[in-house]
Amino acid sequence: MREKRVPMRELSPEERVKSFAEVALGYSAEEAMLEAKRCLQCRDKPCVTGCPVGIDIPAFVQAIREGEFERAIAVIRESNYLPGITGRVCPQERQCEAKCRLGRRYEPLAIGALERFAADWERARGVRKPAKAESTGRRVAVVGSGPAGLTVAAYLAERGHGVTIFEALHEPGGVLAYGIPEFRLPREVLNAEVEYVRSLGVEIETNVLIGATYDIDELFELGYSAVFLGTGAGLPRFLSIPGENLNGIYSGNEFLFRINLMKAYLFPEYDTPVKVGDRAVVIGAGNVAMDAARCAARLGAEVQVLYRRSEVEMPARREEVRHAREEGISFRFLTQPAAFLGESRVHAVRCLRCELGEADESGRRSPVPVAGSEFEVEADTVVIAIGQSPNPIIAMKHPEIETTPKGTIVVDEHGRTSREGVFAGGDITTGQATVIAAMGAGKRAAKAMHAYLRGLSP
Amino acid sequence: MRSVIVHKEELAPGYKLFVIRSPQVAKKIQPGQFVMVRVHEKGERIPMTVADFEREAGTITMVVHEVGKTSRMLAGLEVGDEILDLLGPLGKPSEIRHYGSVVGICRQGTAGALYSILRALKQAGNRVTVIMGAKSREYIIFEERMRGFCDEVVVATDDGSAGMKGYAVAALREYLKKNRVDYILAIGPTKMMKTVGRIAKEHGIRATASLGAIMLDGTGMCGACRVTVAGSTKFACVDGPEFDATEVDFDELQRRQEFFREEERLSFELYEEGT
Ligand SMILES: Cc1cc2nc3c(=O)[nH]c(=O)nc-3n(C[C@H](O)[C@H](O)[C@H](O)COP(=O)(O)OP(=O)(O)OC[C@H]3O[C@@H](n4cnc5c(N)ncnc54)[C@H](O)[C@@H]3O)c2cc1C
Ligand SMILES: Cc1cc2nc3c(=O)[nH]c(=O)nc-3n(C[C@H](O)[C@H](O)[C@H](O)COP(=O)(O)OP(=O)(O)OC[C@H]3O[C@@H](n4cnc5c(N)ncnc54)[C@H](O)[C@@H]3O)c2cc1C
Ligand code: SF4
Ligand code: FES
Repeated sequence: MREKRVPMRELSPEERVKSFAEVALGYSAEEAMLEAKRCLQCRDKPCVTGCPVGIDIPAFVQAIREGEFERAIAVIRESNYLPGITGRVCPQERQCEAKCRLGRRYEPLAIGALERFAADWERARGVRKPAKAESTGRRVAVVGSGPAGLTVAAYLAERGHGVTIFEALHEPGGVLAYGIPEFRLPREVLNAEVEYVRSLGVEIETNVLIGATYDIDELFELGYSAVFLGTGAGLPRFLSIPGENLNGIYSGNEFLFRINLMKAYLFPEYDTPVKVGDRAVVIGAGNVAMDAARCAARLGAEVQVLYRRSEVEMPARREEVRHAREEGISFRFLTQPAAFLGESRVHAVRCLRCELGEADESGRRSPVPVAGSEFEVEADTVVIAIGQSPNPIIAMKHPEIETTPKGTIVVDEHGRTSREGVFAGGDITTGQATVIAAMGAGKRAAKAMHAYLRGLSP
Repeated sequence: MRSVIVHKEELAPGYKLFVIRSPQVAKKIQPGQFVMVRVHEKGERIPMTVADFEREAGTITMVVHEVGKTSRMLAGLEVGDEILDLLGPLGKPSEIRHYGSVVGICRQGTAGALYSILRALKQAGNRVTVIMGAKSREYIIFEERMRGFCDEVVVATDDGSAGMKGYAVAALREYLKKNRVDYILAIGPTKMMKTVGRIAKEHGIRATASLGAIMLDGTGMCGACRVTVAGSTKFACVDGPEFDATEVDFDELQRRQEFFREEERLSFELYEEGT
């Protein structure tokens, strides 16, 4: 019995900070089979209870162990449309791997790495023929092409419904396209998954903002029998402290949108610029913050992450934090920004030191700023990555679709909104969560939509 | 959705008018709204105001001022060409209602952006005056179109080659000496709009400015376009682009507009060298 995982090969930190090439290199077939051998094949499958979409983990791991990679990917695809993506970006240490029995004494099985292996093996072979279902004659509109929308589209297309995805941006993928950098999720992986969804017959119309270009009534008039809203949580939050609109201060979304979607890291070959000075400060400690920090490091800045709580409360995936540290990014905990200083461009962040007080509603001890503890951190670039709120455009246009005070769309357990025929799922219903949670919500809603479509009189 | 150019016209050196077939945008657009445009695979997204629209014909009109790489590439497109990406309508429509006596003020190409708003204000029963500023006579754009419905057209040129000699804001001051005005709408250079805001405040007149903040997505997802209005932060793309001209922090807007100047210049130079 190997106590430790088969390690995954990675680019060295020195190589990484020079490019946007993928950091984690994946398992070879031998490595994957060796890691798969560690699985205990627990009969009660605790790992599966930790998976938001319920992949039959022991079954696909067993297939890998036997070298039956085709069977492995087939098992995964029964429950997950985007395995190449989730294998790379899921917070496995809080999901399946947290429940893995091996973890009681040893390192848990590297489930994410194995999932990724199976997906990459399949993509490298390049043959994936979707089974075409007979057309039901029904059409469905999916709003937003993030993981929630892609999942709904694939599920319904497989069952013979005509599906059109409407996406506001010029490229599909949602956060996978505009937020998560190439060094974590190469675009060829995303593109292959999007192509697969297209190969099922799904049409993707980019440059369509629902609520503006079309409203939901028009979608029904155009002959769509049901609508899914997967519009995500894309509204950046700011701190509302003095100096926040100085030059050089970006929201996490703006910074990552420039770099990832618009490829500003390749300026001037690409037209969209991004300015990253010598000293960048990133505020926040989630995935957005880690991605922003690591992008800034690759663009040549010395990077510091400021977080108002302590290290253990950091919400980012553990691997991202480790990678960030290896890449020379430093962390300053229990630090809260109070003001940004500068004339035209920011030159420093005035901060307060915090202490941990009582536990808040999230169960985490909340930071309390210490009076008189001000100090300044030099910075010519600041990225504010303290979270995003739900996209408000549809709710503003359609008050009949009920929302919470936080702006999330209210749905029942089947993803039904307060408007008949309109379903929703993903970050727009939960607030910022995870790729896999968005896919899970998409799948639940898709099932309900399928039933709804079959129940409609022809 | 495809957006194809059906008509092109040179209005003045560096200013082109395009009529673009884009039926769904034409169906939904309201005066004061804009679209985001991208013209090539490695290109940036830039905002362009819709100057006019014909719902029946399914077309929108825009006036493009060539100031850098993207606007120059856009201006280089010809009839029959497709615009790679065009998203809209975006932003809040201009508030069209009966104010009484209205003055629109613009400089050169921004007359385009003002045009359909003023026409709608006229249809809403307002008395409409337009003050059009420009470097010289040849840069007075849309004058005939404006004369088609405006109650009064005032022209001001820097060199005096047409109308009054001087800036549009000077013409506005003159106009206010003799006329009662209930509402001013300014679309033009930030400096001009700042002065209009100050004049409006002095006279206690309600005034709006359409802000040219730098935009990225144009749908409220990035905050690149944030501006300070009456002390609080707004996103120009979804909360605007029109705001109370007496409350906008124009100096901040100007600084933010200039942040990428070096990169813009480099991009433009490389493009000019390559063509
Ligand atoms: C930088 C970053 C890093 C992240 N890293 C991770 C990670 O490592 N692991 C993880 O599990 N999760 C991560 N997340 C969270 C995860 O990406 C999201 O939870 C997930 O993408 C939500 O999916 P969704 O389909 O609900 O929405 P999104 O992915 O947000 O997609 C919504 C799409 O809808 C479009 N849209 C919005 N409004 C309209 C409209 N009115 N009309 C048409 N289209 C519209 C948007 O343009 C967008 O493309 C990260 C998030 C960010 C921002
Ligand atoms: C709501 C709105 C409506 C507009 N309508 C029109 C219009 O109808 N006709 C027209 O000719 N111009 C319009 N503009 C301005 C136009 O978007 C810019 O001139 C254009 O983006 C310049 O791009 P460039 O590559 O040619 O020039 P660059 O060399 O990149 O920039 C020149 C200047 O344009 C501004 N600019 C650059 N990038 C952007 C951007 N992404 N968003 C906004 N401004 C930018 C900057 O202030 C910069 O200093 C509008 C701007 C806004 C915000
Ligand atoms: S809990 Fe771990 S060891 Fe047990 S079946 Fe799941 S992956 Fe294998
Ligand atoms: S342009 Fe991105 S929020 Fe306005």
